[in-house]
Amino acid sequence: MEILAAVLISVIGAATPLLFAAVGELVVEKSGVLNLGVEGMMVLGAVGAFAVTLTTGSATLGILAGAAAGAAMALVFALLTLTLLANQVASGLALTIFGIGASALLGRSFVGMPVTRLPQLDLPGLGDLAIIGPLLFGHDVLVYLSILSIPLTIWFLERSRAGLVLRAIGESHQAAHALGHPVILVRYLALLFGGAMAGLGGAYLSLAYTPMWAENMTAGRGWIALALVVFATWRPGRLLSGAYLFGGITVAQLHVQGFGFAIPSQFLSMLPYVATIAVLVAISADGTRARLNAPASLGRIFHPEA
Amino acid sequence: MRPRLEARIGASRTMVYATPVLAVALTMACGSVLFAALGHHPPAVLYAFFIQPLSSVYDLAELTVKATPLVLCAIGLSFGFRANVWNIGAEGQLTLGAIAGGGIALWAGDDAAAWVLPAMIVAGLLGGAAWAAIPAFLKTRFNANEILTSLMLTYVAILLLSYLVHGPWKDPDGFSFPQSRMFADSVLLPLLTMGTRLHLGAPITLFLALGAWWVMARMFIGFQIKVVGLTPAAAGLAGFSVNRLIWITLLTGGALAGLAGLFEVAGPIGQLQPSISPGYGFTAIIVAFLGRLHPVGILLSGLFIALSYLGGETVQIELGLPLAVSGVFQGMLLFFLLAADVLVRYRIRWRRAAMVQEAG
Amino acid sequence: MAERGVPARLQLRGITKQFPGCLANDHIDLTLGPGEIHALLGENGAGKSTLVKIIYGILRADGGDIKWDGQPVSIASPSQARRLGIAMVFQHFSLFESMTVAENVALGLDHGAGLDALSARVGEVGRRYGLALAPEKVVHDLSVGERQRVEIVRCLMQEPRLLIMDEPTSVLTPGEAEALFITLRQLADEGCTILYISHKLQEIRALCDRATVLRAGRVVATCDPRQETARDLARLMIGEDFSQASKTAGGPCGAARLQVRGLNMAAAAIHGTAITGIEFEVAAGEILGIAGVAGNGQNTLLAALSGEQLCPNAGDIRIDDQDAGDLGPRRRRRLGLAFVPEERLGHGAVPEMSLTDNALLTGYERQDLLSRGSIMFPRTRDYAQRIVKSFQVVTGSIGSHAGSLSGGNLQKFIIGRELLQQPKVLVVAHPTWGVDAGAAAAIHTALLDLARQGAAILVVSQDLDELLQISDRFAVLSEGRLSECMVTAAADIGRIGLLMGGQATGHGRENGGERRAAQT
Repeated sequence: MEILAAVLISVIGAATPLLFAAVGELVVEKSGVLNLGVEGMMVLGAVGAFAVTLTTGSATLGILAGAAAGAAMALVFALLTLTLLANQVASGLALTIFGIGASALLGRSFVGMPVTRLPQLDLPGLGDLAIIGPLLFGHDVLVYLSILSIPLTIWFLERSRAGLVLRAIGESHQAAHALGHPVILVRYLALLFGGAMAGLGGAYLSLAYTPMWAENMTAGRGWIALALVVFATWRPGRLLSGAYLFGGITVAQLHVQGFGFAIPSQFLSMLPYVATIAVLVAISADGTRARLNAPASLGRIFHPEA
Repeated sequence: MRPRLEARIGASRTMVYATPVLAVALTMACGSVLFAALGHHPPAVLYAFFIQPLSSVYDLAELTVKATPLVLCAIGLSFGFRANVWNIGAEGQLTLGAIAGGGIALWAGDDAAAWVLPAMIVAGLLGGAAWAAIPAFLKTRFNANEILTSLMLTYVAILLLSYLVHGPWKDPDGFSFPQSRMFADSVLLPLLTMGTRLHLGAPITLFLALGAWWVMARMFIGFQIKVVGLTPAAAGLAGFSVNRLIWITLLTGGALAGLAGLFEVAGPIGQLQPSISPGYGFTAIIVAFLGRLHPVGILLSGLFIALSYLGGETVQIELGLPLAVSGVFQGMLLFFLLAADVLVRYRIRWRRAAMVQEAG
Repeated sequence: MAERGVPARLQLRGITKQFPGCLANDHIDLTLGPGEIHALLGENGAGKSTLVKIIYGILRADGGDIKWDGQPVSIASPSQARRLGIAMVFQHFSLFESMTVAENVALGLDHGAGLDALSARVGEVGRRYGLALAPEKVVHDLSVGERQRVEIVRCLMQEPRLLIMDEPTSVLTPGEAEALFITLRQLADEGCTILYISHKLQEIRALCDRATVLRAGRVVATCDPRQETARDLARLMIGEDFSQASKTAGGPCGAARLQVRGLNMAAAAIHGTAITGIEFEVAAGEILGIAGVAGNGQNTLLAALSGEQLCPNAGDIRIDDQDAGDLGPRRRRRLGLAFVPEERLGHGAVPEMSLTDNALLTGYERQDLLSRGSIMFPRTRDYAQRIVKSFQVVTGSIGSHAGSLSGGNLQKFIIGRELLQQPKVLVVAHPTWGVDAGAAAAIHTALLDLARQGAAILVVSQDLDELLQISDRFAVLSEGRLSECMVTAAADIGRIGLLMGGQATGHGRENGGERRAAQT
C-alpha cells in the first residue's frame, strides 16, 4: 500500500507540468490559435523560475517569474502571428528553437546548483493520515493549482460570457469580428494565459519535480502537452485523465527499471513518446468526432479587412 | 495616422529577397545588444562570430562541412513545407540514416570491399526514408498530425542510437565509452583536399540542390507540390492526390536527412556515438525558411547558418561565451524573418494615405 | 418615407471607401426615413456590401459623414452600431456552426444575460414575429431557413430601429421568402427602418417603398421601385441595354453522354448534405440545369461529378458509356469531362499563381502540356494565351496572378480553360455568380455554343432565371434528392418553388420517361 501511494504521488508529480501546459494550450487553441512553441515557453519558464528562486530565495517570486517568462515568450508569438500575420506553425517552431537556446544561455551559471524543493502545503493533521494523507494533502501549491485549473477552465469556457466569446472567435473569427467581438485582443489574452501556464509547468519542473536546472530539461513535455490537447478532443475535463495517464507512463518506466526487468533503459524511456503517437493515432483515426469539437478557425490567419 | 496592413495582390518579388537580408541585419543588431548586456564589446563578438571563422582555407572547408547536413536536411524539408507537410523530425531521420549506414560499416568490418560505401549511402537514404514513412503512413491512414508524430519519433531515434552504442554496437576495446568501433578507412567518404575535413558529401549536396531546383521549377511534380501547398482544393480539382504528395515529400525529406546523417558518420565523425548532430535537423527548419524554401536560397542560408555554428564555437573559445549563443542567434533570426515576411504579403499603409491608389 | 419635421433615421453624405485596385464606394449619399423599407439595389461588386459594412461599423469609410436621427455620429464598431439601434442580418459568415441557437443569439447581444433567460426571450420574440426556434439546438443541425431565422431573431432581440438585410432571400425558397416579407412588413409598421440589399428585381418591387441603385460604387438613381418596370430597374443597375444570350434551335440531339444512376454519397464536408438516389442523363447537345437553394447537396453532387470524391460504385457515373464513378479527376478528364467549380479563387484557380500556371492546372491532361514528367512551358504559355484571346480576358499578361483578375475576367478565364479542352461533358457550377452582366452574357453564349457542337452540359445554379434562360431541361435538388427533370419551356414556376422547398414528391423515378418526352 505504501508503495502504491508512493507510485501515485510520483504520477502526480510527472503529470502536473503536462497538465499546466496542456490547459494553457487548450484555451489558446479554443480561441483559434495554434501555438507550437509550448516546449520553448515551458523551458524558459523553468529557467526563469529557477534563477529567480535561487537569487531571491523566494519560491513565490520564482513561480511568478516562471509564469512571466512563459507569457513573455507568448507575447512574441502573438506579435508575430496576430499583428504581423506570420505563419503560426513556423512561428511556434521558432519559439521552441529560441526558447531552448535562450534558456541554455540564461541558465548556464545555474547548472548543478541546488534549490530547496517547493514546500508541501502543510495542513495540520491531514497530512499525517495514513496513505491518504500524503496522497491527498501532501503536495505543493502548484499541484493543487494545476488540478484547480481544470474546473476553472471548464467554468470559464462553458459558463462565462468571456469564454463564450473566446469559443466563438475560435469557431469563426470572421463572424465574431462581424458581430464586433475583439478577435485580436481576445487571442492576445488567450496566448498570454497559455504562455503563463506553460511557464508554470516549467517552474514546477525546476522547482519541485527535479529541483534543479539542466539544459533542455523539459525533454519534449511541451510537445506531449500539445498531443494531450488532441487526445482530450479540446475538452478540458479529459485533460486531467490524459495528463495522469502520461504521468503514469513516465513513472511506470522508472519503476519497471527499479523492479529489475532486463529491458534496456532506452526502450523504457521511449515509452512516453511512443504512447503519444499511439494516442494521437487512436484519437485522429475517428476523424469526425474530433473535428466537430476542434475549433474551426484553428491556425488560420485573421486579417480584418481581407 | 495609425499604420495598418493592406494585402498585396500577389507577393512582392523585391521583398521576397529583401526580407532575409533585413532579418540578418536585425538579428545582428539585437545580438549586439545582447552581447553588450552580457558584458562584451559587440564589435569584437561580431568579428569573432562572423569574420574570424572565414579567415583560412581550413575554416572555409569547415564551413562547408557544417553546411552540408544543414542544406541536405533543409532541401528535404522545403519540399514538405511547400506542400504544407510539416515534417519537423529531420533530426530523427538523420539519426536513422546514420544508424542504417553506420550499421553496414560496422558489419563490413576492417577489410571492407569497394561496394560497401555506396551500400552505406543507399542504406542512409533508406533509413531516413523509412523513419519518415511512419508519419506519412500515420497521416495518410489515420490522419495523425505529422508535426507531433515526426517529432516524437526523433526522441525515439536518439534513444535507439543511444541503446546501440551503449549495448550491442559498443566498441569492445573502447574502455566502455558509449561509442562504436571506428569505421574502416575504406568506407569513409573520400576527402577532397588534404589537411581539411571537406569530403565528398559536399559536392553531392551541391548536385542534389541543383536537382531539387530542377524538380521545383521544371517538373510537374514540383508544380503539384506548390499547388497543394497554396490551395489544396485546387489540387483536388486538378486530380493531384494529396496523400501521394504527403508520401513523396516525407520520403524525400527523410531520405535526404538520412543521407545527411550518413555523411556525418562516414565523414567527420567516422563512428557511431550517442550524439552525431548538434541539432542539424531542427536548425534546418530555419535554413529552409531563411532560404525561402528555394534550393539556391537554401545553399546560401545553409552556409550562413553554418557560420553561426562556427561563430558560436569561436566565441566560446575566444570569449568564453556559451555555445547556446548559436541557438539564440538562430531563433532570433527566424523570429525576425517571420516578422519581416509580413512585408512580402502586405504593404504598410498609414490611414490618411489610403485614398491614393497605387499600381500593384 | 421621411415625414416632414421628423429627421431622417440615417443619413449618409459622400461616403467613400477605397480598396486596393478598386474604389468600392464613391461619394455615396443615402437617406432612410423611419418605418421605410428601402432597397439598395446593384449588381455583385457594385459596392452594396461595403456600404452596409460601413453603416454597421465593420469597415471604416475613408471619407464622408453619417447622421443618425439628425445627429452626426461616427460608427467605429458593430457594438457601437448596435447601441445606436442598428442591427444587421448577414449574407455569410455570421453564425457559429457548432454552437447552440441560444449561444448564437447571446453572441449578438452586448450584455451578457443568462442563457436560460435568453432562451425564454428567444421564444417570446419568435412567437411575436412568427419565427419559431428551439434555443437548445446546435446550429449545424438547422436548415438554411432556420439559420436565417436565428439571425433575424438575434437582431430583433435588440429592438433595432434600423435593420439591415444583406441578400436575405438568396438562401430561401420562394415560400420562405414570402414568410420573411410578412415579418419585415410587420416590423416596418412598428416603425423600424429596413435597408434591404438585393439584386432581385421582382422582390424589390413587391416589398420596398424606395430604392437606391448603385453601379460601380456610385449612386446612379433613387426611385420608387413600384413605379418602375423590372426592365427599367435592370437597365439602371447594369447601365446598358443588356443583350441576353438566347437559345436557338438545337437542343438535345444525340445519345446520353453523362449518365448518373442511383448515386448515393455521404457528405464530404463536416456540415455538408448527403445525396440519395440521384438519377439523370445529359444528352449530346443538351444543357441540363440543376436548381435549388444552396446547401441542399450541391457540393456533394459536384464533388462526385468532378471525381474529387469517388463514388461507391464504378457504374454510378458513366461518361460516354464508360464507367467513371471510381475514377479520379485526371482519368475523368481523359474520358472527356471538364469541370468548373463554384469557387473561382481557391478552388478553380490558385490566386498566387500566374495565369500560365493556372492554365496548366487542369489543362495538362487534354492539352498535352507534359513531356516525361517535365512541364513544356512554351506550349503552356501558348495555351494560356489562347484562352485569354478567345475569351477576351482583361489582364496585364499571362504572367499576372489569378488573384489580380476581376471576378468576371477570372471566370471567363476558367471557363475558357475548360472549353478549349474541347470537353465531351462539361459540368459547371454557378457559372455567372458575382460576374458583371457583360461577362455573364459572354459565358452564356459560350456554353450554348459548346452545346451546339455536341457536348453535354450540366449547369448547377441557384439562379433560377439563368437556368430558365439557357437550359433545355432542368431538375431541382432539395435535401439531397433530385426531382424529376422538366422541360424548361413547359416549366411551372409555382411547382418549381414547391420543389425547392422540398414540398413536392417525385424523386427522379420518372426521369427516364421524362427524357423520352423531351426528345419528341
